[in-house]
Amino acid sequence: MNAQLQPTGSAYFIAKETEKPENHTLSVLVDNEPGVLARVIGLFSGRGYNIESLTVSETEHEKHLSRITIVTRGTPHVLEQIKHQLERIVPVHRVVDLTVMAQELGTGGALERELALVKVSGTGDARVEALRLADAFRAKVIDANTEHFIFELTGKVSKIEQFIAIMKPLGLVEVCRTGVAAMNRGPQGM
Amino acid sequence: MTGAEMVVQALKDNGVKHLFGYPGGAVLPIYDELFQQDDVQHILVRHEQGAGHAAEGYARSTGKPGVMLVTSGPGATNAVTPLQDALMDSIPLVCITGQVPTSLIGSDAFQECDTIGITRPCTKHNWLVKDVNDLSRILHEAFHVATTGRPGPVVVDIPKDVQFARGTYTPPQTAPRTSYQPKIQGDLDKIKEAVALMASAKRPVLYSGGGVVNSGPEASQLLRELVDLTGFPITSTLMGLGAYPKSGKNWLGMLGMHGSYEANMAMHDCDVMVCIGARFDDRITGRLNAFSPNSKKIHIDIDPSSINKNVRADVPILGDVGRVLEDMVRLWRATAKADKKTLYPWWEQIAKWRARDSFAYKHNSDVIMPQYAVQRLYELTRHLDTYITTEVGQHQMWAAQHYGFEKPNRWMTSGGLGTMGYGLPAALGVQIAHPESLVIDIAGDASVQMCIQEMSCAVQYDAPIKVFILNNQYMGMVRQWQQLLHGNRLSHSYTEAMPDFVKLAEAYGGHGIRCDKPDELDDAIKEMISVKKPVIFDCRVATLANCFPMIPSGKAHNEMLLPDEATDEAVANAIDARGRELV
Repeated sequence: MNAQLQPTGSAYFIAKETEKPENHTLSVLVDNEPGVLARVIGLFSGRGYNIESLTVSETEHEKHLSRITIVTRGTPHVLEQIKHQLERIVPVHRVVDLTVMAQELGTGGALERELALVKVSGTGDARVEALRLADAFRAKVIDANTEHFIFELTGKVSKIEQFIAIMKPLGLVEVCRTGVAAMNRGPQGM
Repeated sequence: MTGAEMVVQALKDNGVKHLFGYPGGAVLPIYDELFQQDDVQHILVRHEQGAGHAAEGYARSTGKPGVMLVTSGPGATNAVTPLQDALMDSIPLVCITGQVPTSLIGSDAFQECDTIGITRPCTKHNWLVKDVNDLSRILHEAFHVATTGRPGPVVVDIPKDVQFARGTYTPPQTAPRTSYQPKIQGDLDKIKEAVALMASAKRPVLYSGGGVVNSGPEASQLLRELVDLTGFPITSTLMGLGAYPKSGKNWLGMLGMHGSYEANMAMHDCDVMVCIGARFDDRITGRLNAFSPNSKKIHIDIDPSSINKNVRADVPILGDVGRVLEDMVRLWRATAKADKKTLYPWWEQIAKWRARDSFAYKHNSDVIMPQYAVQRLYELTRHLDTYITTEVGQHQMWAAQHYGFEKPNRWMTSGGLGTMGYGLPAALGVQIAHPESLVIDIAGDASVQMCIQEMSCAVQYDAPIKVFILNNQYMGMVRQWQQLLHGNRLSHSYTEAMPDFVKLAEAYGGHGIRCDKPDELDDAIKEMISVKKPVIFDCRVATLANCFPMIPSGKAHNEMLLPDEATDEAVANAIDARGRELV
């Protein structure tokens, strides 16, 4: 899936894409009913859009509303299509392009955070170094014995990437990440 | 009330008079309920695909939703083609499928398939009903979703235990769900902007589509009013034929790949284009970066994802075509005082293009030319209450070019998906809805064999459909592309063993006619019209005729291949190496 290879679906008269692809974060408010996530994901795979990150959870229990956060990559034209295609899905209430909204608000970008669990095993100097660096990154130790740590780390995607890269030579065993959760600054909702 | 009773009750409450279906294990309780009532008539098809296309034809010719009922597993998978067809052409279609009992779902039970998963991308929405108390709400919602906004197909999958279970039935409510709120009324400021732009146009063109037909007969009436008020020329997509009458003086003919020269040239050279309920499909636009390069584009559509998808709109108007046209006509009357004289030079230019007579063909007194066959059919049926369906291929384009439509909802064809086998069952559906009318499926010899089993259904229900086959023994459109693209190597596009269509008609209990002489054609067509049972008309036409004019792949609107220029050499060289990849 590469957005630069523009909809080969409508394909018959292909024009070269001149626009540059960008990363955008979309917030999608949906009815939490069976299959709703499959509809969203199916739309992305069926129409050849990219998913860089995806998180979903019910956020309003009484109304059975879930909020899906999708980081996607595409040209402005494709991003506009993605928004409209998402809006067509029957259980979708609202779609907000947080990146566009942040530009309109003049806040630079949406607030984006991710949580990661990082397991590192080792002894001796490497172990001490891992713990020291974790402290510098404000990662919490949530499980440990004499041979390993599991760190819990929250932050921007870039921070988590950096932490994982540093842990690699120090005995990185496995990583689990939640994907990006995002909202915009300021008093108003999506 | 049991789930099965609820299904029948919901059909009645949503105004359903006919449904098309095929029984099987997982829908037997519903069939048992159908057996015990007379309000809803069930039409037994011979294949689930036939049920779907029949329901589509029924929907397209009445403006009401088409309904189909099929069993689980193969019943549901056979329904996939008509579902996608209805999705592409925005046809309201409610498909009820049986499913294995909830406790068996996921166990690879007999005749189990993941119907919801399979039909998710080919429906507007679908539901698996796990609790009988949700059933009536979901069924009403299904009708609401299928028929409102941009219409489309929906699937309700009902496990067999839910059909047996007892629960509470609730009658239909308005606006049943909060997340689904299609925008109907157009933004008045945008419409004002559009009217001002139209009033300033020197070379305008109206380009209407299936959305006008879907919006209802009022929309077609308003479109005609708008044309009369503005004096603009109008063309239409394949799906929109009939919204503006062929006999109208501003009619340019259909546009697109096999559209008229004047329509395509007008699209290319216009300064203001008003797209009304169409979606800039690739068969319409030709090469996108050469599409109508100097025009401002107004686009009216109910689906926001259609706007700016293929072509940038300068004035996008989101809303129902009928409502927007109403505002547009009113505003034009009130504000725009454009002088129709300013359009004279434009009309003179159009007259020059028209003089090329792009639908012309060489008449032959020994062999029936396919265009001639359609023309004679038109002349002999135009005064009657006629509905036309088609299959897909050359015959479909000839029908669109040479049959004139005066009213909307009279023309049923598979446009977006291009489904061979659509026309015969669609004609059946139309005939069920309009038992007294003349319903003709203009067919090709290859397409018609894809759903020919529905002849049996037509005989069973005394539905006197006329299947008018332009028989050239080829998959004509495939062959035409092989001539254009693949050095005339006709790989598997010739049907060496063809059934005897006359005997076939008789075997089904219908009436068969064969004609291969131009001077006998009129009498044969008259015979076809007069026979009060299903007819297969085997019209033997020139085997190697091709469909022109044509915009070859990768070319622009003003690079059409016209019939008088289409020599063998021109055909062989029409598409360059780059165009070959595109098709």
